[in-house]
Amino acid sequence: MDINVENITKTYGRQKAVDRISFHVKTGEVLGFLGPNGAGKTTTMKMITNFLLPEEGNIYIGGKSMLEDADELKKHIGYLPENNPLYMEMPIMDYLQFSAEILGIPKDKIPERIHEMVRVCGLNAEKHKKIGELSKGYRQRVGLAQAMIHDPEILILDEPTSGLDPNQIVEIRKLIRELGKEKTVILSTHILQEVEATCDRILIINKGKIVADGTAETLSRQVQGQELLHVKIEDGDPNEIFKALQELPTVSLVDFTDRQKNKFEVQSKPEMNSNRDIFNLCKSRGWVLTEMIPVETKLEDIFRELTMN
Amino acid sequence: MKTTWIIAKRELNSYFDSLTAYIVLILFLGFSGLFTWILGNDIFMVGQASLRSFFGVAYWTLFIFIPALTMRLIAEENRSGTIELLLTKPVTDRQLVGGKFLAALLLVIIALAFTLPYVITVASIGNLDQGAVFCGYLGLILLSAVYISIGLYASSVTSNQIVAFLIAIFIGLFFQIIFDMLARTFNGVTGQVFNFLSVSTHFESMSRGVIDTKDLIYFLSLMILALKMAEDSLAKRNA
Repeated sequence: MDINVENITKTYGRQKAVDRISFHVKTGEVLGFLGPNGAGKTTTMKMITNFLLPEEGNIYIGGKSMLEDADELKKHIGYLPENNPLYMEMPIMDYLQFSAEILGIPKDKIPERIHEMVRVCGLNAEKHKKIGELSKGYRQRVGLAQAMIHDPEILILDEPTSGLDPNQIVEIRKLIRELGKEKTVILSTHILQEVEATCDRILIINKGKIVADGTAETLSRQVQGQELLHVKIEDGDPNEIFKALQELPTVSLVDFTDRQKNKFEVQSKPEMNSNRDIFNLCKSRGWVLTEMIPVETKLEDIFRELTMN
Repeated sequence: MKTTWIIAKRELNSYFDSLTAYIVLILFLGFSGLFTWILGNDIFMVGQASLRSFFGVAYWTLFIFIPALTMRLIAEENRSGTIELLLTKPVTDRQLVGGKFLAALLLVIIALAFTLPYVITVASIGNLDQGAVFCGYLGLILLSAVYISIGLYASSVTSNQIVAFLIAIFIGLFFQIIFDMLARTFNGVTGQVFNFLSVSTHFESMSRGVIDTKDLIYFLSLMILALKMAEDSLAKRNA
């Protein structure tokens, strides 16, 4: 089932938390929501899961309108809310039983599904404890278990790996990748590596608006524009080298990164490559080129570029 | 209906798991037993085989205990955020309110069922008017349904259980006693209106063994009104 979000808006008081956002998520796609705190990620997720109703616009899931068929559509969604709220006084198994019943899983399938979730989420060792007695990581697993127990076609995960230890994070990311092959997954996070590790597509939201939409590569191309090289040239006077580099026809900007070690940052002119010119320059002057590293724009930079203003 | 029942079942289990149910049962039976059989204007003073003094005692004990049962129901879900988890499952606001209402009502009915030995005891002393007993119990259940609905509304407007308790008691006091007092102060139509609004008017006529449609309509419409208000206040998250 695909998700089609059309022009949804939500205001809290005077502030527009979500401002006419539209996007589309295909089946078999993992979409990562990125954005600074308070950007509107959680509010958007709350609207997709029908906890909040959009003031304007609509959400279509599998072509059906969320405003009309909410009760039917909610059966196909698994949701892990922010902060993972759970009934602390309930034992895990009772809670999973309750979740399964309320999601309308047929009675005879429930034990099998619970067993499967306990296995997938690694709850076996703790399964007879009350949720309130669990550590944060285990609670997160319970949250994931209840989101996936009905084998939903759509998974909405608000910060799925928060509170997990590094091993668990790797496991959960792997699980999300696997699920993402046949399901539609939207996850939000502020851990950039997580997006790179799990998502097919990235949506960056800032102040309630979408500021970027695409794969990690298309985004970095979009932001980068110009080639950037880190070079180290030895056996010459740094100032002389600096001047010579600056005079190359393909170079737009040179900067010292470390004057003592003769390290420079060279930015090429738009749509030009300066690596050959730099090599030839060194050859003709008898300098030794010991380093030349193309700098890729990292997701961090894209994120900062798009959300800081 | 199935969803409502699943929610009610969970709430009822939670009452028993958290010991709330046992405490309420013991206190309810303790108080009503004490005042019915031992202290004050008790059952032996009446001089006839009747449970009217018990109904009078239960009228007050339920008034106090029901807000204690309902205060947690929605306020706690608001506080912990589990309301979001519940309402993003295929559950409507109405089913949620209905389920919680049913759980509290069932617990009250269980408590009342434990007072059936009173009926048997009194019936063995003299000639008990069974119709009056039936009406009295029905009156208690309807009265409870009204206070549970009010309690649910109070619980839905806050995320603090104590606030929910106090709001429920505050609203309840009007129906329990204030309207009755006002009815005595005012004459004419105003007095009649207050008299009609007071729960005691309707409850007393029922505990005497008279079922009047006017009383049934009174209880049911108050109940539906308060439940509707609770449902609307849940939907306020969208405002």
